[in-house]
Amino acid sequence: MKNLVILGAGTAGTMIANKLRHRLDRGGWSITIVDRDDEHHYQPGYLFVPFGRYSHEQVVRSRHTFLPDGVDFMTATVDRVDAEANVVLLEDGRRLGYDQLVIATGTTPRPGQTPGVLDGEWRRSIFDFYTLEGAEALARALQELDSGRLVVHITEMPIKCPVAPLEFTFLADDWLRKRGIRDRVELVYVTPLDGAFTKPVASARLGGMLDERKVLVETDFMIERVDPERKMLVSYDEREIPFDLLVTIPLNMGADFVARSGLGDELNYVPVDQRTLLSKKYDNVFAVGDASDIPASKAGSVAHFSVEIFVDNFLEHIAGLPMSGAFDGHANCFVESGDGKALLIDFNYDTEPLPGKYPLPLVGPMDLLRETRTNHLGKLAFRWIYWNVLLPGRPVPLPALMSMTGKQMPPTEITHTHQTTRTDQREM
Amino acid sequence: MPVTTIADHDIHVDAEGFMTEYDEWNQQLGAALAAQIGIEMTPEHWKVVDFLRTDYKDQGETATLRRVSTVGGLPTKQLFVLFPKKPAKKMAYVAGLPKPRGCV
Repeated sequence: MKNLVILGAGTAGTMIANKLRHRLDRGGWSITIVDRDDEHHYQPGYLFVPFGRYSHEQVVRSRHTFLPDGVDFMTATVDRVDAEANVVLLEDGRRLGYDQLVIATGTTPRPGQTPGVLDGEWRRSIFDFYTLEGAEALARALQELDSGRLVVHITEMPIKCPVAPLEFTFLADDWLRKRGIRDRVELVYVTPLDGAFTKPVASARLGGMLDERKVLVETDFMIERVDPERKMLVSYDEREIPFDLLVTIPLNMGADFVARSGLGDELNYVPVDQRTLLSKKYDNVFAVGDASDIPASKAGSVAHFSVEIFVDNFLEHIAGLPMSGAFDGHANCFVESGDGKALLIDFNYDTEPLPGKYPLPLVGPMDLLRETRTNHLGKLAFRWIYWNVLLPGRPVPLPALMSMTGKQMPPTEITHTHQTTRTDQREM
Repeated sequence: MPVTTIADHDIHVDAEGFMTEYDEWNQQLGAALAAQIGIEMTPEHWKVVDFLRTDYKDQGETATLRRVSTVGGLPTKQLFVLFPKKPAKKMAYVAGLPKPRGCV
């Protein structure tokens, strides 16, 4: 009997357990999945919690109810992986030997990594919404807000769901407007990037939406510390941004056991081949979902699309065959924009988000990079799809690899093959 | 890929002017690239550039600010002094490496 051990029963781990239990011979392979608790959170739902639109019950279910018979679910904390010996050591002293290991332990916000964040003002005037407790605490703080500076801040990329801070800002603008206090609250968006988003076409579109909503944007802001007494963000180049209410996206890092096991990079992400998700160091260790270092968004959609490719590859790999599937970094995200509307973006490693129609060319019904009600309804409907179709590993009628059909190409720049000597100073 | 001439060297660059061929770089070119963005190279600057180039050779990608400080031991604060305002971009530009990805 061979053992597949999956660490993490989140989006990627749960989908893999479901799909592989149906595909692996029960007499030949056991599947064990480990998580520290039995609470599966629908993390995209956190966004709506601060505005009182989703309750605790709507975003939390038991992990074990999504796992099939024939998969052992263990609640335990991982101490470390001894990849040379093919064994997982648990904190309670148990040892799990494996033939194949899948690390799917995701990424978590680390507010303690920025000096000053946890000193005194945390959960008083400084909040996050990337945890359920944070989102719930922020809901209470927003109820008490009636004037001042509301600052939305990203510490450092990469973060889980890179569009969520923008969505929060759009929803906050809408929420303040509906309460009739938008003119008394200054809304500020602070980012380490040089624009609203990472990719040019979407950055221009989303940046324009911040302007339309009179949101002040501070770019290239690399935070050094928070001064809790003066309620100030301080950057490495000594810019200061005052706040009355700070909503920060802390530094995101992979699980600490990854570092203890010597399997991670400087942010505890597992270096893998970006097409196959196989560890660069060990031939029987994969990292799927947010836990890997692939240059794609850390998002449920990426976990979902990559699992589709991973499962077939994994079966080839254990049969001693070369892996024939290649993940392309496909991500697909709804972007809530307030007032009952949303945008949709669809992109991968090589192609940035572009306008067009999705999933069917010309027909849609979703519009890419444009605010519509249909997109918003799509976002709300997705919670049902997530619990009932996606996690159980049922087929979702969306292609795993990104398609260019239905997308509008941006006008291409004419590039000169040879430029003359440049002696002038460059802007950067 | 466009070709440009800097300090009498023909080099391949991307649309933003970042060099695309690792082996086309040398120190003289690094100094010329630095001058173009208003930076005069000192031994401290070279220490950063050396780390970036060595790390790129090992990892196949440009180190982020965090990696330069945690792995290279060069404090972020100092990087902002040496390469003001946009250190990640400027360091990569001078070191003849692609813009660090970091941002997805």
